[in-house]
Amino acid sequence: MLLIGFTVVGWLVLTAVVYLIALGILSVVVENRRKATDRLVRGLVTVAFLLALIPLVSTLATVIAQGASQISWSYITSVGASTFDPNTLTVTQTPGALQAIVGTLIITGIAALISVPIGLFTSIYLVEYALPKQWLARTVTFLVDVMTGIPSIVAGLFAFSLFSIIVGPKAFSGFSASVALSVLMIPTVVRACEEMLRLVPGDLREASLALGVSKFATIVKIVLPTAIAGLITGIMLAVARIIGETAPIFLAASFTDNFNANPFEGPMQTLPVLAYTGYAFPGKDIAASNASAWGAALLLVILVVILNLIARIVAKIFAPKGMR
Amino acid sequence: MQSAPTSSSGSAVKTSSTTPLGGGGSNDSTATKRSTRVRPGDFIFRGLSTGSAVLIMVILAGVALFLIISAIPAITADWSTNSQLNTGPTAAFPNFWAYVGPLIWGTLWSAAIALLFGAPIGIGIALFISHYAPRRLASILGYLVDLLAAVPSIVFGLWGIIVIRPFLLPLSDWLSANLGWIPLFGGPVTTTGSTILAGALVLAVMILPIITSISREIFLQTPRLNEEAALALGATRWEMIRLAVFPYAKSGIVSATLLGLGRALGETMAIALIISPAILVSVRLITEGQNSQTIAANIALNFPIATTLQRDALIGTGLMLFVISLAVNSIARLIVNGKRGKRKKGKDKPSTPGPLSTLPSGDFASATAIDVVAGTPRIGVSDIEGPTPEEDIEGARY
Repeated sequence: MLLIGFTVVGWLVLTAVVYLIALGILSVVVENRRKATDRLVRGLVTVAFLLALIPLVSTLATVIAQGASQISWSYITSVGASTFDPNTLTVTQTPGALQAIVGTLIITGIAALISVPIGLFTSIYLVEYALPKQWLARTVTFLVDVMTGIPSIVAGLFAFSLFSIIVGPKAFSGFSASVALSVLMIPTVVRACEEMLRLVPGDLREASLALGVSKFATIVKIVLPTAIAGLITGIMLAVARIIGETAPIFLAASFTDNFNANPFEGPMQTLPVLAYTGYAFPGKDIAASNASAWGAALLLVILVVILNLIARIVAKIFAPKGMR
Repeated sequence: MQSAPTSSSGSAVKTSSTTPLGGGGSNDSTATKRSTRVRPGDFIFRGLSTGSAVLIMVILAGVALFLIISAIPAITADWSTNSQLNTGPTAAFPNFWAYVGPLIWGTLWSAAIALLFGAPIGIGIALFISHYAPRRLASILGYLVDLLAAVPSIVFGLWGIIVIRPFLLPLSDWLSANLGWIPLFGGPVTTTGSTILAGALVLAVMILPIITSISREIFLQTPRLNEEAALALGATRWEMIRLAVFPYAKSGIVSATLLGLGRALGETMAIALIISPAILVSVRLITEGQNSQTIAANIALNFPIATTLQRDALIGTGLMLFVISLAVNSIARLIVNGKRGKRKKGKDKPSTPGPLSTLPSGDFASATAIDVVAGTPRIGVSDIEGPTPEEDIEGARY
């Protein structure tokens, strides 16, 4: 029976369990039951935390191990293609992710262009204009909260139905995917910006207003500059969040091996979708498709890490003096 | 009339950082008269902001509307006679409801298993970070858990394929051999590991960050005095948590769990990549090919190969998913908002500094803040009490 866990992880789990039980029993004997419970709980929450680190470390290690061999200069700069050799009757796949990188940047960029103004203005409305008891403010706050919970695939279905009703069937386009991502990104931007704007001390606004400055000028010249670090950080994190979305892009922009930099026409490839299709719909050469998927996944993780780093650096640089 | 306030506003912006509040008092009477006039810049800006807020309502309504419009043809069609629907993956179902029923079950089932793993661990982590970890480490540890949220779902899906599937194989074999008489572990045991158990485990990892971050936030809001009172009466740390933290955070934990559920319901990639599904109602955890399929994964797998009407049927299932997750999220938010509304009175500053704040009471902080704004030198109280983080920020800014 003990053989179930005859691996490193299994042994770690077993050790933890034995340790906790022994700790509990010893503590009951030596100290008392209350202390024993306390120690047991402390052990349990620590184990819970360590448990959460396992998938984090394991995921990153796996992605790096599997993807590192795939990533090369030619993988980043060439368009993936499969060529058929009529003489030997073999299909050779040249790995490449350029079409996916370009697609990801275009689609995410447009999504950010749509979401940031809407999100920022909504948060300005919520913080600066709306009275707390006003029904519109309460409704919008609630809807934003609910919108953060929209399944990403539903956003993709929405964009697909919207464009297939307006444009007609086969309405796959990068722009459609951007619309889908905007639905997911707007609530994140609103929440982040709202929080940051609320951190601006009310005294600043009152001081400005008391001096006869208009509300508009107060917001643009006092409130926004004070919060700018937080706003940029929040927006970068929102971008980092949607850049890895797979399902909505897959439905709205479909997938392709061709290079397509026009967001308004035809399917567009993106990194997450390249990673998905590499496994779910592999080409003739399954191993090559899978390897390509891992390369795309690693590129995606690198992009997310870069965005997170930028967000943090911006927060550091632009933060008002004395801010943590 | 128009030019006077703008010119004065320019100088006011520059000087507001140095002059005390009283400086602008000289033209008080004119300011009250002026305030009734609306400047065009103000009007436009206000319109833009309010418009964006309304636009959000329009978007949400639009999502529902377009899903309904697209789904109606498939929902109303007769599936057994329609040539587009009685072939392929939808062939076995007489109508839309027979198709979506098992999918809804699979969605709820996988999310429930994920929650079973994810919720206790997520809450445990939140507790560890907020009340057990060393204070210096707490924010870094919190950041580590937040990193989990930054990893794209597709990466977790791929990770599940090559790590979690083989990892669970021995466990599945053991469960099947020893506990096979329980329906949960019944059926032919998997050989590849593409089970709903593996999928749900990956889902659990993906919902950890949301459960953790919300519970942590709520745990940290527990009134410090209650905690100190419990400790002063001789409670152990766990007893303090049970007496002071949990009663206070109960609704927060419930809504964090519900939000985690909402996330698990909509996750696509982990399930689509890992499990080998069938559209049926089943509780089996460790078989392959007989796992209940989820709505989201079913859409992702069938969308590229579907006919027009089948696509509409998939959109219809998506509509159901939308309704379910909307309901779950609304309930969660209502619970957490109700709680927050009650708490607002006690909470004076939006910026609660890190874990275990040293802020004695709200009045003290706001009083000193006002002093600082008014330009009076900081004296007495603050020096004796030692400056709180809040004061440092304000002091530096003015």
